[in-house]
Amino acid sequence: MGSLVTDLSLAEAPSSVTPQRRLVVAMNNVSKVFSNGTLALKGMSLDVRGGEFISLLGPSGCGKSTALRIIAGLGAASSGSIDWPSSKINSHGLPEGDVGFVFQEPTLMPWETVFGNVHLPLKLRGVRKAEARDKVMENLTSVGLADFADAYPRELSGGMKMRVSIARALVTRPKLLLMDEPFAALDEITRQKLNDDVLTLWQQTGITVIFVTHSVYESAYLSSRIVVMRARPGQVFTDLEIAQPAVRDGAYRVSEFYRANCQKVSDALQSAIQSAES
Amino acid sequence: MTDLKASAEKGTDSAVAVLLPRMSSNEKVMQVVVPLVALALGIAAWQWIVTANGIPKYILPGPGDAAVALFTDSSTLWPALWVTLRITVMALAIALVGGVTLAIIIVQSKWLELALSPFTVILQVTPIIAIAPLILIYAPDTQSALMICAFLVAFFPILSNMVQGLKSVDHNLLNLFELYGANGWQTLLYLKIPASMPYFMAGLRIAGGLSLIAAVVAEFAAGSAGQGSGLAFRLLESQYRLNLPRMFAALIMLCGTGIAIYGLTSFVSWLVLHRWHESAIRREN
Repeated sequence: MGSLVTDLSLAEAPSSVTPQRRLVVAMNNVSKVFSNGTLALKGMSLDVRGGEFISLLGPSGCGKSTALRIIAGLGAASSGSIDWPSSKINSHGLPEGDVGFVFQEPTLMPWETVFGNVHLPLKLRGVRKAEARDKVMENLTSVGLADFADAYPRELSGGMKMRVSIARALVTRPKLLLMDEPFAALDEITRQKLNDDVLTLWQQTGITVIFVTHSVYESAYLSSRIVVMRARPGQVFTDLEIAQPAVRDGAYRVSEFYRANCQKVSDALQSAIQSAES
Repeated sequence: MTDLKASAEKGTDSAVAVLLPRMSSNEKVMQVVVPLVALALGIAAWQWIVTANGIPKYILPGPGDAAVALFTDSSTLWPALWVTLRITVMALAIALVGGVTLAIIIVQSKWLELALSPFTVILQVTPIIAIAPLILIYAPDTQSALMICAFLVAFFPILSNMVQGLKSVDHNLLNLFELYGANGWQTLLYLKIPASMPYFMAGLRIAGGLSLIAAVVAEFAAGSAGQGSGLAFRLLESQYRLNLPRMFAALIMLCGTGIAIYGLTSFVSWLVLHRWHESAIRREN
């Protein structure tokens, strides 16, 4: 694991600097029209650089989930392109094993154990159970579920299922982690706990995260950059760099610094909503 | 990576695994004892009615007479049971293989499903007893005709349940498989087939009972007779001869076979589903 525990400088430096970081993925003027004629996304361009924690924030219908799915290769863009400058591209036009996805629901296979669920991405590449054991257990440990490897999803609480889902997304060691409102259905206490856990994983692995949310507070807590989107048609409204302190914890949640960040994000979101209405 | 575990679970719902309710041992015993006692009481009542009213054997034999017939007529009844059982099991086995295979083929293409739908519907809604005479004409011998009838009846619950199951896969899981570049075989093997198991098991339990019924009904329709006939013929034969104890013995055999099939299919269903599916898990409020 040593090689991946890199870039701890991320935690110290405010992440608004170092614009020269390598490009992980770039959306170029991407539009998406659904089969019923709805223009879900209009001319979205987004450069995602290594180590960023980007939140896509916006009201419902702003195309934030659609954008995430297009990046993941679930549903093609109607126009525009997605470029992966530093990845090996497979036959589907997707980066080989470089993307992990966490859905809004845990999306676990109920007939498989926790171990079996986390093993799945490796199994689909032909890695057998015995060979995958170390990797799977390592990821389960990192989300605090090593003791539950043999449990079935129905025996777990909502928060634990989400952790399994995160472990599964990380088991292929992706460069980019896509999260689609992953904690929207959880209670506030569990959600805060998981926010902290995701931050810790991000800081320790140096992974790039794109996080879809409709919560101002969640995005202001987690992100190094927030892309605020507006609806009808879904498009980028504004792109905010967020300065974050080295340590984010309970004290940060009640600090003036955090409040100011929230204010800034909230104002941007309000403008985005008003611009869609006018 | 760090071990978040120590801090991760404090004060969140992550700390609590859901405990599965367990039955107490007392309750388990009662679950077996109560139906058995009720059954024994029913049989005793039957015997009492027969004895108290002096009903002759050729009108209503008591359970004792039926039990005696089960032994004295064993040389005719057991081979007949074997014939019926063989037809039932073989028909069910072919229906399983055929139903599952056709379901997998059908769900590959919407057009194929549409094209095949008139045939499946026609065969399903036509009462099998009505086409039995036709099958008897075309089939090489009575045994295979009976098997075709039983097969047709058992086939559709499996096919329609399996098709429904294969189509009821969680869309997010399908997306997940797509995301990880799973090929068609992997998606079928690791996702669609496991996800359809609850549906398949429901179909299996229905088909198991139906194939026995169809094997008996088809034999009535076929009117097969003599050596190598099944239990349906022995029932008719005992009716002609007013040999009611033997008739009851044959009915007990059929009933026992039905129970055995139901028990076996339920057990298989439990084996496959009890770890994960809601239907096999006790609810506790």
